[in-house]
Amino acid sequence: MTQENQRLGIVVSGSLNKGVEVRLDSSASVEDMAVGRFVTIEGQKRRFFGMITDISLGVIDQKLTVTPPDTSDSFIAEVLAGTSTYGTIHVLPTLIISGDAASMLQGPQPVKTIPSHFSVVKLASQRDVELVFGTEDEKRFFIGTPLDMETKVCLNLEELVKRSNGIFGKSGTGKTFLTRLLLIGILQKGTAVNLVFDMHSEYGWESRDERGRKVKALKQLFPAKVAVFTLDEESSRRRKVSTDFVVRIGYDEIEPEDIALLRQTLNLTELAVEAVYQLSRRFGKNWLEDTIELKGAEELPEDLKIHESTLQSLQRGLATIRRLPFLVPHSPDNTVKRILEYLERGINVILEFGRYTDITAYILVANLLTRRIHAQYREAMERAIGEDTVPPRQLVITIEEAHRFLNPEVASQTIFGTIAREMRKYNVTLLVVDQRPSGIDGEVMSQMGTKITCLLDNERDIDSVLSGVPNKSELKSVLSKLESRQQALIFGHAVPVPVVVRTREYGSAQSYKEFLPSETEVAKQAEKDIEELWE
Amino acid sequence: MGFNKIMSEMQRVGEVIEASTTDFTAQCYELYQIPSLGSLVKTKDQQFELYGIVYNATTTSLEPGRRPIARGKDEATEEEIYRTSPQLLKLLKSEFGAVVVGHKDNGKLYHYLPPKPAKIHSFVYQCPPNEVKEFSQSFDFLNMLINAHLPVPAEELIAAALRQMSQAYEDRQAFLVAAGKELAILLSGNLNQLKAILGRIRG
Repeated sequence: MTQENQRLGIVVSGSLNKGVEVRLDSSASVEDMAVGRFVTIEGQKRRFFGMITDISLGVIDQKLTVTPPDTSDSFIAEVLAGTSTYGTIHVLPTLIISGDAASMLQGPQPVKTIPSHFSVVKLASQRDVELVFGTEDEKRFFIGTPLDMETKVCLNLEELVKRSNGIFGKSGTGKTFLTRLLLIGILQKGTAVNLVFDMHSEYGWESRDERGRKVKALKQLFPAKVAVFTLDEESSRRRKVSTDFVVRIGYDEIEPEDIALLRQTLNLTELAVEAVYQLSRRFGKNWLEDTIELKGAEELPEDLKIHESTLQSLQRGLATIRRLPFLVPHSPDNTVKRILEYLERGINVILEFGRYTDITAYILVANLLTRRIHAQYREAMERAIGEDTVPPRQLVITIEEAHRFLNPEVASQTIFGTIAREMRKYNVTLLVVDQRPSGIDGEVMSQMGTKITCLLDNERDIDSVLSGVPNKSELKSVLSKLESRQQALIFGHAVPVPVVVRTREYGSAQSYKEFLPSETEVAKQAEKDIEELWE
Repeated sequence: MGFNKIMSEMQRVGEVIEASTTDFTAQCYELYQIPSLGSLVKTKDQQFELYGIVYNATTTSLEPGRRPIARGKDEATEEEIYRTSPQLLKLLKSEFGAVVVGHKDNGKLYHYLPPKPAKIHSFVYQCPPNEVKEFSQSFDFLNMLINAHLPVPAEELIAAALRQMSQAYEDRQAFLVAAGKELAILLSGNLNQLKAILGRIRG
């Protein structure tokens, strides 16, 4: 159907801001076009690389639309196609791939001009796409193929993990699938260690795809590089997951900040949150138990001015937390320390929530652990800067249901908001997985380096994902036309141009094999590990 | 193959009796031996070969003042009339007009008007299929036909010319579609004329 380098048409108008209009040749059928497909434009001096963002029909004479010809006659239809009636495509030139000195020396350059009139537009060849997205190497991870092509689109994972990133999409469009793929990529290339707050226990050992087939998850593929922590030992055991650590959190580990973030889920008033700070200051470490055990406002120390009703509402909220089975009066082990030990050794930690999938547990644990881990990282980083030693490994924290942590009301207070904004200063970044990006604070969204988004159809969600992106309206039409499975639009830091990919296959024996490092790489890695030991 | 030999192989259809820059009129050697409407003919002098498309043909009395009269009252068939009055063939003449659509100079084909008109008494030949093919590689002549002021409607002439030329091609349909596309561009402002032509050339 579409052979390589097929000529499509010529540029007839356009602007740098809005992209160029291309009139299709009569040999190129408008029905063979697809938004999101890559094209090259042969300018007089430069070659441009761009993406189809819109497709439309044109007539040379408006009369034709009023008195259409007899199209049952194939001869007349054939004659008029491409002459009196024609297709146009809208192309957004994004890169210059050859022709000027910079692009020859440094590879593709962003466009600062547009091709001249009547430049020939062709479908991008495999070579062009390879030139733009690079080939798979020790930094680049093959994530999928462009529409209707076999070329590999590779993400530069080293760049990717330096910033916070987002994976979005309606439920059932393959977010989990993409997240797992990306995590595998980071593991495979070793560009960072991961801490995954795995709400539905699907990243650790195995999960099921839409057709109900079992698919292997991280621990099965990289047993030596992954540790599974669990909050729900029983559930993990039933699912036959070998866990490395059972997480228990002591009441005394919960701090007022943890409660502040749960204000909405626990239905607390501002005053109640305020009271938490007062109580913790007064009671010290055991404030949670002490507060719950108070019989009424009269038992409060005299200098604490907390209203009876506020106290009751607070006690109700705290009781909800205390009922969480993984909370114990005193934790036998220090979870944060354990996690950090693993991370320091370069082992990725996946924290399964088992049955405790309610959002209160998720927010509480994710926030509590992340805050402490971030604090430790911050210290380590500052020490590293001060003493000029090796900084801690790049850490990527994956959170799901991100709008609960990063909505405009709490984003400024939570640790996740801080991480998203501070970006890479302390070598900790986020991988945000969410189905309602419109619920995420705009400032956080705009700081994300790379966004990978599956189909979204809510107007507000689309706007939010594309906020701050140049040529938003063009991408919008691409995004809303994605297929509901296995297709994603990737744009931002880790790819040179926005790209629609069909995600690579996952779930077959062959696909697992491809994820594993080849033998030579294993040998290299072993050497590297030994070197590190001597450092 | 020598040039003269090629010329002699071609079918000679008449002789130029009137010529202007844009067209010429030729008289047929035999009564009624007129090339078809729209067919490609050519005439040549020392330097140029002129190509024309037959747009009009007439058969009239040799003497302008003498009109033919009806003769068949007592004859059984029309052929009988000519058989019983053989002089008729000498008293009548057939002529055709051709609009100039291109020329060859030093063997190179140009699809525009020649610098000079044809000479009187130049021979006129019917172009053989391979020459029709060569000439119709470019559709520039269509524009000349559209813009020529002729006694026949342009759409009739264009349709006839394309039908004639298409016979030189194995894939007639492809040729007609290509020509149709060219016309669709030329006649973008005149949809009705386009429709009329397309209606006359479709298979």
